[in-house]
Amino acid sequence: MKPNQPRLRLTASALLLCLAIASHAETISIQEVAPGVYVHQGVHQLPDEHNRGEIANIGFIVGERCVAVIDSGGSPEQGLALKHQIGAVTHTPICYVINTHVHPDHIYGNLAFKAAGVSFIGHHKLGQAMALRAPFYREKARSELGFTLSAEHFVPPDQPVKDTLDLDLGGRTLRLTAHPTAHTDNDLSILDTQTGTLWLGDLLFMGHIPVVDGSLNGWLQEIGKLRSVQADRVIPGHGPVVAAWPLALTGEENYLKQLQTEIRSAIQSGKTIEQAMEEIGQSTRPDWRLFDDFHKRNIATAFAELEWEDD
Amino acid sequence: MNHITKASWVLISIAGLLLASPALRAEGEDETAWNSTLKEKLFAGRTIEEDQQTIEITAPYRAEDPGLVPLQITSRFPQTAEHYIKNITVVIDNNPVPFSASFDFTPESGKAEIATRMRFNAYTYVRAIAETSDGRLHMAKAFVKASGGCSAPVGTDLEAARARMGKMKFKLDGDKASLNQPNPVQLLISHPNITGMQMDQISRIVLPAHYVTEVKVTFEGKPVLTAKTDIAISADPNFRFYFVPSKAGELKSEIKDNLGNNYSASQTITP
Repeated sequence: MKPNQPRLRLTASALLLCLAIASHAETISIQEVAPGVYVHQGVHQLPDEHNRGEIANIGFIVGERCVAVIDSGGSPEQGLALKHQIGAVTHTPICYVINTHVHPDHIYGNLAFKAAGVSFIGHHKLGQAMALRAPFYREKARSELGFTLSAEHFVPPDQPVKDTLDLDLGGRTLRLTAHPTAHTDNDLSILDTQTGTLWLGDLLFMGHIPVVDGSLNGWLQEIGKLRSVQADRVIPGHGPVVAAWPLALTGEENYLKQLQTEIRSAIQSGKTIEQAMEEIGQSTRPDWRLFDDFHKRNIATAFAELEWEDD
Repeated sequence: MNHITKASWVLISIAGLLLASPALRAEGEDETAWNSTLKEKLFAGRTIEEDQQTIEITAPYRAEDPGLVPLQITSRFPQTAEHYIKNITVVIDNNPVPFSASFDFTPESGKAEIATRMRFNAYTYVRAIAETSDGRLHMAKAFVKASGGCSAPVGTDLEAARARMGKMKFKLDGDKASLNQPNPVQLLISHPNITGMQMDQISRIVLPAHYVTEVKVTFEGKPVLTAKTDIAISADPNFRFYFVPSKAGELKSEIKDNLGNNYSASQTITP
């Protein structure tokens, strides 16, 4: 039997290697930013076929009785990877999937979690936003992300939140707040009261330029209100896995305020939207990644909003 | 364009979206749709000159927001009784409804110039075809890289948009108008201008097409700008153009939408 031993060992190590690769492919990097609060860090990139739209910060919070997933990922595979990662961290069952808003990088992993006993939770306008955007998003996924989505991938909330909702995970309570139109018209934030961790989704961008897909004025109002939330740390939708609260709001708030001030003054002085898109806010370019991809679009969106703000 | 034609265009376009392979959706500046069908459909049998002497079109090569692409068409000469631009038609080749808008001008317009914001659903040429007072057609075109502008979700604050629907306002440069010369003016119309392409496959929420079809601007009862518009016009339609006041008077806007709603607004102009 002796001659066979090295071969056996080789086979065994090859097998281990395969397992390692396989398990690597099925999980996702995560960091525990507070006891029981786990975040996977996204990347500051445009969604494309290489990153498969897996660009946002996503994660989960573990209680004694239940796990709550917060944003499921930018692709069906990322949703599966997150699910496997949760299984590697805890045997506590997943009871909730919370979507912070409708954008693809936060919801495309939903289907991976759909099972008896799992409740999907989102802003009361999330269901409608998913329904209206699904055909457009499916086409974009096919042409730009390299995968196909079926209608089933858009899992709407079975627990819509109109104002606030307290979720008991066993030994810890999450306070969910539905916000008026800000980043989108369906933003939901989560406060883990036990650790003082505020999960803001895309109400907070850090490093990645903020993207206005709702209302510039509304977003600034919400930032003002959020400042009074008692928390020790914050998790942004894009940026580091965790940051100091409320200091983390400063960059985004300054950028949005500058847009607001300069666009108001452009409208006041009779400038056109074309001029505004060329001239406004260029001094903020060094502060943000993906500036050239979203800044002018932000101006166009905000200009069209502010033209009517006095009416 | 009647409604049956429009519905079939929408269907054809959706089928196209579903069937087109990446190879077919080439980034090349393709003019097939214009040359094979649109030109004949919209300007049957007529000669269209592509020249630099009549109008110029300005559009961003890469659109920042496909649902809100600023577009400007300027004439190369002033409007006079002897020689003027009667009409400018805007066609976006690869949109589900290529006919986007048609603007009638008069010698009293001062300058045949129009700026607006449009939706682009695919990489496409946008072309402006001007008909001069001698009956000839002149075309200028620009290529725009944008996609999804017509099927993109409607503005997220649809409730606010509907509450404000039909509201209009004029904006002039400064408080006073200059007599007997072209004055720039902007007309802002609050209307969600829904394309009818924002379909729902999950909860069966349907947003039927609801958009402005006619815009008529007059000064003291005389036409300044008359437009026929379609779904390519962005939400909250916005038009910049010129008019020539010879005295104080009333600038009036009357619009119609495809559901038969009529709205009007006016503003007193003082020199």
